[in-house]
Parts: sequence; structure tokens; C-alpha cells
Amino acid sequence: MEFFRIKKDIPFMRHSLVFNAISFATFLLAVFFIATRGLHLSVEFTGGTLVEVTYAEAQPLEPIRAALAADGNTDILVQHFGSARDVLIRLPNRDDIDSNGIADRVMSALHKMEAPPPELRRVEFVGPQVGKELASDGAMALLLVIIGIVVYLALRFEWRLGVATIIANLHDVIIILGFFAFFQWEFSLAVLAATLAVLGYSVNESVVIFDRVRETFRKKRGYTTTQVVDHAITSTISRTIITHGSTQMMVLSMLVFGGETLYYFSLALTIGICFGIYSSVLVASPLAIWLGMKREQFVKPKKEKEEAVV
Amino acid sequence: MNRYPLWKNLMIGLVLLWGLIYTLPNLYGEVPAVQVSSAKATLRLDPTAASDRAANALKDAGIEHDGIFSDAGSVRARFASTDIQLRAKDVIERAFNPDAEDPSYVVALNLLPASPAWLTAIHALPMYLGLDLRGGVHFLLEVDMPGALTKRLDSTTGDLRTLMRDKNVRHAGITREGNTVVVRFRDAAQREAGRRAIQDSTPDLQLAERDAAADDLRLIATLTPQAQQKMRDFAIKQNITTLHNRINELGVAEPVIQQQGAERIVVQLPGVQDVAKAKDILGRTATLEVRMVDDTPGALESALGGSIPFGTELYSERGGGPLLVKKQVVLTGDRLTDAQPGFDGQTNEPAVHLTLDAAGARIFRDVTRESVGKRMAILLIEKGKGEVVTAPVIRTEIGGGRVQISGRMTTTEANDVALLLRAGSLAAPMEIIEERTVGPSLGAENISKGFHSTLWGFIAIAAFMCIYYALFGIVSSIALATNLLLLVALLSLLQATLTLPGIAAMALTLGMAIDANVLINERIREELRNGASPQAAIAAGYDRAWNTILDSNVTSLIAGIALLVFGSGPVRGFAVVHCLGILTSMFSAILVSRMLINFIYGRRRKIESLSIGQIWKPDSN
Repeated sequence: MEFFRIKKDIPFMRHSLVFNAISFATFLLAVFFIATRGLHLSVEFTGGTLVEVTYAEAQPLEPIRAALAADGNTDILVQHFGSARDVLIRLPNRDDIDSNGIADRVMSALHKMEAPPPELRRVEFVGPQVGKELASDGAMALLLVIIGIVVYLALRFEWRLGVATIIANLHDVIIILGFFAFFQWEFSLAVLAATLAVLGYSVNESVVIFDRVRETFRKKRGYTTTQVVDHAITSTISRTIITHGSTQMMVLSMLVFGGETLYYFSLALTIGICFGIYSSVLVASPLAIWLGMKREQFVKPKKEKEEAVV
Repeated sequence: MNRYPLWKNLMIGLVLLWGLIYTLPNLYGEVPAVQVSSAKATLRLDPTAASDRAANALKDAGIEHDGIFSDAGSVRARFASTDIQLRAKDVIERAFNPDAEDPSYVVALNLLPASPAWLTAIHALPMYLGLDLRGGVHFLLEVDMPGALTKRLDSTTGDLRTLMRDKNVRHAGITREGNTVVVRFRDAAQREAGRRAIQDSTPDLQLAERDAAADDLRLIATLTPQAQQKMRDFAIKQNITTLHNRINELGVAEPVIQQQGAERIVVQLPGVQDVAKAKDILGRTATLEVRMVDDTPGALESALGGSIPFGTELYSERGGGPLLVKKQVVLTGDRLTDAQPGFDGQTNEPAVHLTLDAAGARIFRDVTRESVGKRMAILLIEKGKGEVVTAPVIRTEIGGGRVQISGRMTTTEANDVALLLRAGSLAAPMEIIEERTVGPSLGAENISKGFHSTLWGFIAIAAFMCIYYALFGIVSSIALATNLLLLVALLSLLQATLTLPGIAAMALTLGMAIDANVLINERIREELRNGASPQAAIAAGYDRAWNTILDSNVTSLIAGIALLVFGSGPVRGFAVVHCLGILTSMFSAILVSRMLINFIYGRRRKIESLSIGQIWKPDSN
């Protein structure tokens, strides 16, 4: 079996301007949504209390809201979680009462209701100081990844490739965030982890292509830079699709079987993988060309590296 | 010819064997067990004696066990079923705690890995499951360091006041202002005298002079950075010790109490569902008291007879007989600033050195002066019950706030007593800043969800690879399975905590790891397409793909390490598995798959074709 029967190099770079325009448009759209709608941050970031309970039978939400409101809680979020029997209650931190006791108070309020008392499944309480730290730690992690990858690619290949790759892939990150802002999906720590993992993963893609670019520069003397890039993308496209397909199969399995906890995690991965293909193949390469990638940067007169490749 | 040298095959074989052995414990599951540990901080469990005791008790009751294991702090016995476990718990409980009102040991139900003894002997244990998978409570506590500093400076203020009086230095008031202690003087001569007195007695203080007015000269004292650092370390260590003692009481099977960062403590209590009780116990205080022993002849005998003299209480001395102690409290633990184990300067016996604050020192001096030759009892009040830690005879008046307890002590005991005295109360207040409770049913569900996602994802990938790349696909799938095996083995060996995000990372890493094999297989196809011979295609495919695989894994690893460094909680669980998975995937995808391919094709001299799926060639020119 073979999916890809490509006779000639596909002239990807001919349309590079279009690809970049699309990219830029989606990027702007994502930034717009992040700016206007904002991210729906999970309790881990905002601080607050999350109580997950499960009832023996389907439980309407209104009585719960009423019971909690009667107990003096404001700004509560009550929603079904997975099924009509599972209820998720989210409360913000408040200055006037000891946040430590919120979960206990919620449980006692639920026990006072007419419905049979629920089983406590999960409580998560995050103090206000932790949330702020997490946000700044997340930003630091992102910064470290960016610097690390640019430096590594600059050492291994060329700084132009490093910069092109990171720009292309950062735009993936923004697009993932854009999706989360637009649909108001919950952005949790797990989603942050997925976003950064996908960043590392999409960079692979660019690495594989640039590896080919370097090899082609050395082997095919007559090619122009554009031809070299087209050749590199064409000869790796089958690997690109198959690898991403395989990874996506695994992610899909998590999406289906992983339950609520892994749902948004795998959703972020899915978006990241789809846009990762696009951006690392069709955005990073033209960026590298525009940054001035040339044969001379890869074929050194000493030809030391060529031996290593064999 | 594609052949690995013998040593390389052997090495890969050994690594795989190792992986298999360390993965094994995860397949055995868990069996019910009963765990015995000490309930009191003053009581140290002797593992050998305790296991004998438990074994004898079970033998007498006719209950069969599947082995008794012991480590430094606990003894565990395994049983075939939960019924036997419950019966055994009662038997062991009776054997260890004859007095049900005052239990000395915690006897708790627990689960132990069911793996055979030889696996346990080589430390092959199942993966350590996080709270989100097994259920339990997680607390993150923050020690209030400014609070501890304030407390320390308040006591310093008192010390300085006493010092000035002792040295006859006239001052116009000593107050704590923020993080400094301000001493006011009326003239420069007195200030100089005060300055010298403070420098001689308290090297922990940094002094600065400031003149507010001609007759308002000030000395500003602050703690030196070293002293502040020491205080912080001390506060967090003491709080951890205290938490240990308190949590023992809960009877939790495997509590985790760890320092996180400079000012935080993580407490994890697997299996505990009653958060309210856990919080209550974490917040409770144990106290230290110094009282006088009632040595009136005949008083003790009459107390033992049932009529306790007015104003006294009956306590038992640690490792000794009963003791009649006066109700009047001489000193409480609040006055104690430090307790360290050490040795007596003259006799070289093990001893405990106590440091009292200024007020405490004054009281102590007065009391000891009046009661030379009498006995003094040091009590630890825990759970509302008191126990006399030690009751030494006062030989001379003790001034200066430095007290030494010695006599009839081993070095270990001296350590224990010091720790105990320090553990009496928290050094600094703590606040819960994060709390997570996971019910046991949710934990089990999370395990099955994580397991199923990985399983079905793996099957899908393996099926696709086998169809698309034929024999090479099967080899790739085997390599992927090896990756999983090694990853599980590594996680079991390191005993890194596996959480649901960790399982997700495992699945994701497998999904990404297949990339290496796809790269190799595509390369081999390409070489074949360009007309290379099968053997040359295999060699070239692996060699050329190597560089690319290395580069792409390094970039993934960079992201993984960033998450590891800056991540906390769930993110760290994800990052650990992700990073380890990248490392194992390099091994399995390249070495293991190459070894298999070498076994299949490497020995043959002439190969017609490779079973790597259909190779489509564009019309050759």
C-alpha cells in the first residue's frame, strides 16, 4: 500500500504568499478572540473551589443553585459534567470568608436539600497566591521552550531556520488559544501542558523538512532555493501525513475514551497537530526563504558535516 | 550485510529483560494487607520485634498470612482476601494495643503489591500511583515566614529588655517596628554601652544607629541574613516534623510529607476521604510543659492506691514508672526557642540542649534556685494526654536560658527527645493554599479511562503500521510495544508518581514515537525507489534517518524539560513521563527495530525484495 505517488516536486512555494496571508488572517482572528473574549481559565489559575459530586439519579441544577444561593454564596457556577447525574460546582475565592471551609459548606448545603445526598467525587481548592504563580510559571516555560528551540536549531542548522520555525509554531500556540477563547473551553494546566508539548512536536516537523533542505542543498547543485524547498517538502510529505495521522489516532483515542478530564487536553492536541502540519510545512519554509536562506549557509567549503550524513 | 555485533545484541537483550522484570510487578495487582506503625512520636517501632509479634499473634489466632514485610517505620502483613484482612486487623490490633483507650500503635488497612517476594527483593515495585488515580487528599501548605519572623523579633525584644537590665544600661524604650527592633537611648554613652552589650550577647543581630533628635538616639536591630535563613530552615523543618507526628495519628498507610520550594509543604494522604478530620488534625497543636514532681514521701503510693493528692496529677514516665506531677505549670513550650541533641561537656554522655527565651530563662533560673535537689518533669501533651518525656534532678541553679537534659540516654534517644521537644508546636503558622480531594471511585475510573485510551490508540497505530508497511510495520509495532515496556519499567524503577496527565503523556509519547519508525521506513522505501539494493537500503535508511530523529527528539525534549522545570502538580506528572518516553523511544525505535530487522534480513546474502509494502516508482525517465 502506498498513499503518495508523486511524480514531480509540488511547487508549494509558488503559493507561499497565499499561505502566509491565510496564516496571518487566522492569527489575527485568534488574537482578536483572545483579546475580546478572553480565556476561560480553570480554578487552577484563577483560584477558587471546585466541587464535583455525583447523584444516584439525574439531578436538575436549579435546586442546587437555589440551595447554594440561600447559603449566601454568590457568583457560583453549577453545571452538569459528563452526565445528568454528575454536577460540577465552582465558587470563587472570597475575602470575607475562610476559603478553606467552602467545600465543607457546599456539601452540608447539598445534604440539606430534599434530593438524596450526593457522593463527593472531587474537591479542588486553590488559594489566590497559587494561581498567579501558575500563570507566570506557564509564561516562563513557554519562554524557555522558545529560547531553547531557537538556540538548538541555530546551532544545528542556521539561525534563520530557528527563527522561521519558532514564528511558524508560535502562531500555532496562538491559534490554539484562539480556539479556546472563541468556544470558551476551559483552559486548565493540562491544556497548557498539551500546548507546550505540541509546540515541541510541531517543531519536529520543521526539523524534518529543514534536514531535507540541508541534504538537498548539498546533493542537487543546480536547484534554486525555492526548488530545494519544494523538493524537500515533497519528499517528506508522505512521512508528515503518516506520522501526524498516527499521533492523531492516539489523540483521538484519548478524546473518545479519556473522559472529561482528558477531553480538553486532547482537543488542544488535535488543533495543535492540524495547524502544526500547515504552519511548519507551509509557513516556516517561506519565512526561511524570506529571511535569506541560501546554499552557502549549508554547504561549507570544508565539507566536514557531509561525512557525518553519509 | 546488516548485522549487529554480539555485544550490541546482548546489550539490547539485557535491557529488554530488565524492562520486563521491572514491568512485571504492575501486572500482579494488589492484595489486602494490614499495616502497623507507631502512633506516638515518643515510640519507635522496632521492625524485627514487631514483625515477630504480629506473626505470633496471627499464629495464635490461626490466621494465615502471605508474608510479613517490614521497613524502618512500619510492619505490613499480606492476606489472601479482605475477609481475612479484617479478622487479622482485629487480632493485630489486640496484640499491639492492649489498652484500646490509649493506642500506642496505628493498625491500618492497606493494599500491598501482590508481586512475588523475589521481585520485591530487587526493588521491582509497581508504579507509584498519584492521588487522582487512587483517591485521597492533597494539601499544599504555606508556612507564614513573616509571621515566624515577627514571633522571633517579639521574643528578641523581650531578650533585649532583660539584657539591658542585667547590664545596667538605661534605655528609653524597646519596641518592634516592622521587621526591626528599635532601642531608644537618651545619650550617646548609654547607646554605646547598649551596643556593646547586644553585640556580645546576640551575634544574630545587625545594629545600625539613627538619631531622631538630640535626646532621642536610636539603635536599630535587624536579624542578619544568615540568621533569617537559619530561622526559615528551622521553621520549615520543625513544621514538617510536627506534621509527621500528627498525621501518624490518622493511620494513613503511606502519607507523603515533603518540602516544596522554600516555604511550602506538600501533604498527600492516599485513601483518606474525611477532609474535615484531616484538616483538624493538621491544625492541632501539641504542647510542651515543665512542671515540678511531687516527691513528698508516701504521696506516690497513695496516688497509686487511688487517692491522688490535691494539686497533683499522675503520669507515667517514658520507659519508667509512674510519677506524681504538680498541676502548676512552670513553663510551656512557647518559651522554648530550640532543642538540639548533643553531648554533656564533662561526662560526654548524650544530652539534649534546650534554649529558652529571655522570659523563660528568668523563670527557669528562679525555679531551679528554689528547688535544688528536687525533680522537674518535662511533659509532652499530645492528643489531650500527657507523657513525661524526662524527669531529671535539679543539681544547681540554671541561669542564662541554656538547659541541658542528660543521663540514662542513648544518642538515639537524645535525638528523639530533641525532635520531640521541637515538634511540640509549629514554629510558624501555616495556611492551606491548595487542596485536592479525589474519591476512590473516580480514581479507579481515571485508571480505566487512561488505560483504554492508551490501549485503543496503540492498537489503531499498530494495525495501521502493519497494513501500510507490512513486515517492517510489524517490527515498528513491536518496537513501539518495547517502548511502552521500557517506559513502564523506568517509571516503576524511579517510583515517579503516575497521574492521569502522566498516562496521557504515555499515550501521547507513543503516538509521537512512531514518528521515528515512519521516518526510517519511508527512507528505506525511498532508497529502494532510487534503485538501491535491499541490504544497502536498510543500512542507508537507518543511518540517514538517525540525524533527523535525533534533532526532532531533542526539540521535543526541550519542551518536556521546560515543563518539568516550571510545571507543578499535574503538569510535572505529564512532563516526567513525556521526557522519559522520549528517551526510551530513541532506544526502542532505532536499536530494537534495527536488531529485529537484522535478525530477519541481515544474515541472508541475497534478498529479492523487502516486505515493506508496495514501492511505487515513477516512470523511470
